[in-house]
Amino acid sequence: MLVVLFAVSVLTFLIFNVIPGGDPALRMAGRQPQPGQLERIREDWGFNDPIYVQYVKTMGQVFSGDLISYSTQENVWNEVKGRIPRTFALAIGAAIMWMLFATALGLYSAVKAGKFADRSLTILALIGISMPVFWVGALMNYYLGFRWGIFPNGGYVPFADDPWEWFYHLIMPWTALSLLFIGVYSRILRSNVLDTINEDYVRTARAKGLSERQVLLRHVLRNSMIPIVTLWGLDFGAVLGGGAILTETVFELQGVGQYAAESINELDVPPVLFVVIFGAFFIVLLNTIVDILYAALDPRVRLA
Amino acid sequence: MSEPPAPAAGGPLLTVEDLKVSFATEEGTVQAVDGVSFELSAGEVLAVVGESGSGKSVTAMTLLGLTRFPNAHFEGAAHYKGSELVGASDDLLRRVRGAEIAMIFQDPMTSLNPVQKIGSQIVEQIQEHEGSPQAEARERTIELLERVGIPRARERVDNYPFEFSGGMRQRVMIAMALSCNPSILIADEPTTALDVTIQAQILERIRELRDETNAAVILVTHDLGVVADIADRIAVMYAGRIVEQGTLDDVFYDPQHPYTWGLLGSITRVDRPRPERLPAIAGLPPSLADRPEGCHFRPRCPHEFSECTKVPALESRLEGRPDHKDRCWLSASEKRVKREVQPGEIGLTSKEGAAA
Repeated sequence: MLVVLFAVSVLTFLIFNVIPGGDPALRMAGRQPQPGQLERIREDWGFNDPIYVQYVKTMGQVFSGDLISYSTQENVWNEVKGRIPRTFALAIGAAIMWMLFATALGLYSAVKAGKFADRSLTILALIGISMPVFWVGALMNYYLGFRWGIFPNGGYVPFADDPWEWFYHLIMPWTALSLLFIGVYSRILRSNVLDTINEDYVRTARAKGLSERQVLLRHVLRNSMIPIVTLWGLDFGAVLGGGAILTETVFELQGVGQYAAESINELDVPPVLFVVIFGAFFIVLLNTIVDILYAALDPRVRLA
Repeated sequence: MSEPPAPAAGGPLLTVEDLKVSFATEEGTVQAVDGVSFELSAGEVLAVVGESGSGKSVTAMTLLGLTRFPNAHFEGAAHYKGSELVGASDDLLRRVRGAEIAMIFQDPMTSLNPVQKIGSQIVEQIQEHEGSPQAEARERTIELLERVGIPRARERVDNYPFEFSGGMRQRVMIAMALSCNPSILIADEPTTALDVTIQAQILERIRELRDETNAAVILVTHDLGVVADIADRIAVMYAGRIVEQGTLDDVFYDPQHPYTWGLLGSITRVDRPRPERLPAIAGLPPSLADRPEGCHFRPRCPHEFSECTKVPALESRLEGRPDHKDRCWLSASEKRVKREVQPGEIGLTSKEGAAA
């Protein structure tokens, strides 16, 4: 876990050091710097130090919470802190939403395999997978938000202020973010279910006299869900760690991802570095949780 | 759950009449079962014997509606205690499955759900059919596991299938099959996937349980050695048809169909010198999508003659033995001569003439 975080942070740091226009001192100094100003900035911020010294210093700041943005000169942690609830609300809601819908649709599609319902769902899933979030989001904003006024046009209301408004504001972002995942997950689940349904133990379950519904839910679904859970953990971790950059931007959620996007625009290394580590942390964390969940779903893994 | 079908007074428990099962495939219609008829009485062990692809498993599974695939087509009838199983409603089938007719499958390694405790897989069945409370069903499950010979059943009930060996898993399958006291137990090659010592134990267990519960058993197998131990009656199947049917003694000591001769001749015997090559029936079974006209065994049969292009009916061809039926046009006396490859030894000469 630590190895992963270390590698991710080093890579991010290096990339921003080698890309053209990456010199933060130039941007801080403004268009027409006074003579010596550049030198002073470089000295103050430690840009003249060897790169590994810079890295160690910066990483120290990441973990002590003293990291300062180059462009806004604000404390990065304070900035992120306020955004975390927004990103979490988006990620958790969307993850639940896409898992529920994908399970229901995938199972239904498998049961109706080859029939009209299955074919329609296949097409819908492909559409869902093909539609970029920024496009769907923009359409939703325009029609559902602006033209018809069914949903609020972006923005975020803290849960503590008004739970209903919080929910109401998040419906569109959740949906936009989930569509892709619903498409992918329901396809995978469908094929898993179709594989599982031919297993001998499913025939045993039928021979026991269980109803088709019990056979599906107790014997087929649980076995089909095992691979999905891994995927879900990884995707959920990514979204939690600020991976929903597009969704957050389109719906003006001011989340962690949007912060990262803005910082990248300004080649502002400290916030980017922070968000990347933050995101990597959640991916690694969710990976661990998935392993635990895996064992709960599949007893064969427990001994290993 | 609901009332089981009322038992018929006397008479056979199960009557299968002219059962036909076919599957539409890309290679054409596969006639897996073609006019199978038999009767089964309580406490009786009927062995259905045949090579792979002879339709024996499909026959067995069709009785429980487990072959209802979208491309399947069924004809004929199977009466069980006054209900019709072929074409039965899902609801009726569900009440019969597991409670009235239970099944043990071939491969115990894959026939149990890998992610559920074995106990809960049995409890589930008891609760489905009898609606017993959880604790009661669990107690019964433990008793069942003890009965089929699983040591420390009280602890093992909470184990997962992967913690059991093949033989133990098959015992679990048997316990599961017996959990609702079925009248018929269908065992589809119950010992094929197990090693020989375990095979004997499993068969012994099935026989004991038959004695205790007076359930009828349909034993599907390709192994005549298994049959000799346990069967009361035998039905020999070839390419979807029963070619010979009779008591154990009828079939073993007075076999009428050349295919049966071949099967009996290919049993390896430890009390004889080891042959150069193991005896086998020459040729391969026909494709079920494209079977020869008349007698299906004709292309492999060294005794083929002009009559054989017509389909022989399954009927008694022996004086005074109405229950010993076969499908071979040869006369009884011809058969008696032709089946002796060596004095006192039954077998099938190969089509090329060499002793097989």
